[in-house]
Amino acid sequence: MNRTALIATVAQVVTVVAGAPLLAGLMRQVRARLEGRAGAGIGQSWRDLRKLLRRSPATPTGTGWAFRLAPLLLVGTSLVLAAVVPLLSTASPLDHAADLFAVVGLLALGTVTLALAALDTGTAFGGMGASREMTILALVEPTILVAVLALCARVGSTNLAAIVTTTLHDPLRVASPASLLAAAALVIVVIAETGRLPVDNPATHLELTMIHEAMILEYAGRDLALVELAASMRLSILLGLLASLFLPWGIAGASLAALPLALASLLAKVAALGVALSAAEVFIAKLRLFRVPELLAGSFVLAVLAVTSSFFIA
Amino acid sequence: MIGWALVGACVMAGLGVLAAVVAPRSARPAWAGAATVGIGVAGLIAGVAALSGQEFHAWLPGLLPIAGLRLAVDPLGGWFIAVTGGVLAAAALFGIGYAGGGHGPSGRGVQAALPVFAAALLLVPAAGSVSTLLVLWELMALASLLLILAEHRGRPAVAEAGWWYAALTQVGFVAILLGVLLYAAHAGGDSFADLRAAHLSPALRGTVFVLVLAGFGSKAGLVPLHVWLPRAHAEAPSPVSAMLSAAMVNLGVYGVIRVGFDLLGGGSRWWWLLVLTLGAVSALYGILQATVAADLKRLLAYSTVENMGLVFLGLGAAGIFFTSGAPGLAALALAAALLHVLNHAGFKALLFTAAGSVLRATGTRDLDALGGLRSRMPVTTVLFAIGALCAAALPPGNGFVSEWLLLQSLVHALPAGVVVTAVAMPVAVAVVALTAGLAVATFVKALGVGFFARPRSDAAAAAKESPPAMLAAMGLLAATCAASALAPAALGPALSRSVGVAVHTPATVLSGGLSLHLAGIASTVSPLLILIAVLVALAGCVLLVRLVSGRVVRRRAVQVWACGAGPLTPRMQYTATSFAEPLQRVFDDVLAPETDVDVTPYAESQYLVARMAYRARVPDRVEHALYVPIIAAARRLGRLGPVLANGSVHRYLAYGFFGVTGVLLVLAVTR
Repeated sequence: MNRTALIATVAQVVTVVAGAPLLAGLMRQVRARLEGRAGAGIGQSWRDLRKLLRRSPATPTGTGWAFRLAPLLLVGTSLVLAAVVPLLSTASPLDHAADLFAVVGLLALGTVTLALAALDTGTAFGGMGASREMTILALVEPTILVAVLALCARVGSTNLAAIVTTTLHDPLRVASPASLLAAAALVIVVIAETGRLPVDNPATHLELTMIHEAMILEYAGRDLALVELAASMRLSILLGLLASLFLPWGIAGASLAALPLALASLLAKVAALGVALSAAEVFIAKLRLFRVPELLAGSFVLAVLAVTSSFFIA
Repeated sequence: MIGWALVGACVMAGLGVLAAVVAPRSARPAWAGAATVGIGVAGLIAGVAALSGQEFHAWLPGLLPIAGLRLAVDPLGGWFIAVTGGVLAAAALFGIGYAGGGHGPSGRGVQAALPVFAAALLLVPAAGSVSTLLVLWELMALASLLLILAEHRGRPAVAEAGWWYAALTQVGFVAILLGVLLYAAHAGGDSFADLRAAHLSPALRGTVFVLVLAGFGSKAGLVPLHVWLPRAHAEAPSPVSAMLSAAMVNLGVYGVIRVGFDLLGGGSRWWWLLVLTLGAVSALYGILQATVAADLKRLLAYSTVENMGLVFLGLGAAGIFFTSGAPGLAALALAAALLHVLNHAGFKALLFTAAGSVLRATGTRDLDALGGLRSRMPVTTVLFAIGALCAAALPPGNGFVSEWLLLQSLVHALPAGVVVTAVAMPVAVAVVALTAGLAVATFVKALGVGFFARPRSDAAAAAKESPPAMLAAMGLLAATCAASALAPAALGPALSRSVGVAVHTPATVLSGGLSLHLAGIASTVSPLLILIAVLVALAGCVLLVRLVSGRVVRRRAVQVWACGAGPLTPRMQYTATSFAEPLQRVFDDVLAPETDVDVTPYAESQYLVARMAYRARVPDRVEHALYVPIIAAARRLGRLGPVLANGSVHRYLAYGFFGVTGVLLVLAVTR
């Protein structure tokens, strides 16, 4: 039992680490094709990472330990998240150590380390990126937790395995208004947290519009590779989390035999979500920074509606 | 045990006062500080003894005329005595180091007030009767006023803070006085046991509770009675700020739990909806002001308003559950509130002492003038970072644990509850979440702008690390924070006993070893395992990178990217004000910031600008809307004085004549 859980968790972490750059490559490829370009292929993100990992990192003058530690911490928290969230199996040995609130907290911890590193560089770009990222983080938080409330209220636990297992036993729950509204709210949250359009443009290098890119401007070589890897890991973990919460079918319990099926269904679900996200991104433009709060307020209203309906309708 | 510890604390307070009066100026802070450390340790012993199940009652009729002094220590009081004692010991130790080299106050009166304040703080939760509580409360208020005013010769802002504090603390005292006297008069007795046994009409109970809530709320800094807090906590000497912000405000929480739950027995639901609302408003308003504050100590003071708001939100939720017939959830919410009191005391004392170190080293509290301290004050920076992690409620900090408990009690109220909880709890969750998010932004700003990057002023560039006594005190506080963050389950028995006093059902609220388990809710969390997992992941990550990149690559030292222009100056960095600008703009309607632009043209032509001045500030809006009119009205009333009493003897004789006639008329009509 314990050994099985350990194998499943290791498989999950390896899948996320190996698959995350592929997901990023897939999304870029979809975007390129929809825009009429040939694209560099799905493996391009991995090729970039390999190249960057072999180059020496740069330490700008005047930066300190916060700048040097941040890439490692960012990858570290992402690895822990990959082990906690039930992507392949609900039997993670870390499940009782970190519930949904802790997962939200670990995500925020990663963002915070990067923002501190950006402030540590002492440049206007770094400060600007950190300031904007923290603004969005603060405004996203209420939506996440209220949506969590809508999901957990009927389960009686905020632990992810319990939520997923309850949904597996009662599939109709997914179609309830509470669940649908919470899903819509969380999609917007995922877009904001991972810096996708229309909140942030992952492809921009224009100082007036960038958030995430402004924070990592000073990183080079190995450090940059770690930051890029962590960013794509966070995206795939969050998409995987969405899939596990709202479409949990295929997730293995504590048996190894179900693991290949779980892997196939996870890859299919996350790839489908990623393709949908990047296809949607082709058709929308980035919002002005000060219009983003309106979008987030909208997602908050959806989350509140989800709670209300979970109490009055379900 | 408890009795001896409390007697010891009083004896040490006496010795401390004596030492402060007798000792020469240079030795005064050390002696008075050592006595205060002793008082704190005695308090810690008494509190821990009370939490382990011991009780203590004393009746000393000779010490206080008419009513006598009555002390009663139970686990609830013990929780607050232990927290207060710990904070006092660490802050006083910090104060001893702080005073060296001409820093901090060394006046006779101030040093004598310190042990008195410490002893009064400890004894307030030990009071067993109304008169004892009131006497100790007032002693605490007066001694703290002296301490806040310690540096009034140096800065005029200190005197202003003193006025605000004196006025609001006395208003609060009058409210408590009215409330408990009304209660005691109808109960027919003065001791808490008499009050518990009394039967009062619901209207009277409601009146008593509202009065007492106003009084204790003003001490805890609830909006709109918080206006003294950001001034007093910012202007007091830093060790005193730590005591005020980490120990004194807690007594407001204690008072509401003691009177609302223990003495009045829970009361009606609307009381606790009121408490919940006040807490939610305070939490949001406090953290919004902290987000835009550029003064480090003012930021921390507003963060105290926020955290007290969260504690009161927990109290309100506990009361709502208690009056709705869900004592299990009530115990959980109350435990969350008490745990947050402890955790907040730990990290706020740490943050205020670290801010004090920065103030001592640089002479400024202005974040816009700080920066670059991480290489000049490395230990202080690490300790402040630990405090900031806790205050931002991120795992694995201790703030995360108590907010997690609070959220658990709020989230799982939905199926069990009534319509009130169905409406109030999601709003409360959203408030806690927004508060937590803004707290993250606030403390990223405080740490990132204040300690990282490059120094923004010469004072910051010349900073030196603090002496060992200060570092030791901060280290102790950081260790306490780490302990309560990583092993919260160890506090389970003590917490359950304290909560049992309030909700009258001894129950195990939280248990577990490595991970935290709750009574009645299946959620678990383990901050220690999270920390270990992150560390293991870090180690694995380092190994993997080594493996992939093949050889050890050396870091290249490069210039910061300056878009091809010359090197960047420290003035080009983001400041605290610019960091908070987007949030300030988002919450424009709540904060109502003020900006002035003065353009002075040359005399020759109005199109040639000679000088431009730009001023931006975020005033406390509650102060403007509520207190400025009250102060103006009081001033108008004061101006009436010279008109009414203009020195004319005829006028005074007329007042006397009409006064006596009026009284006689009234008597003639009524008799």
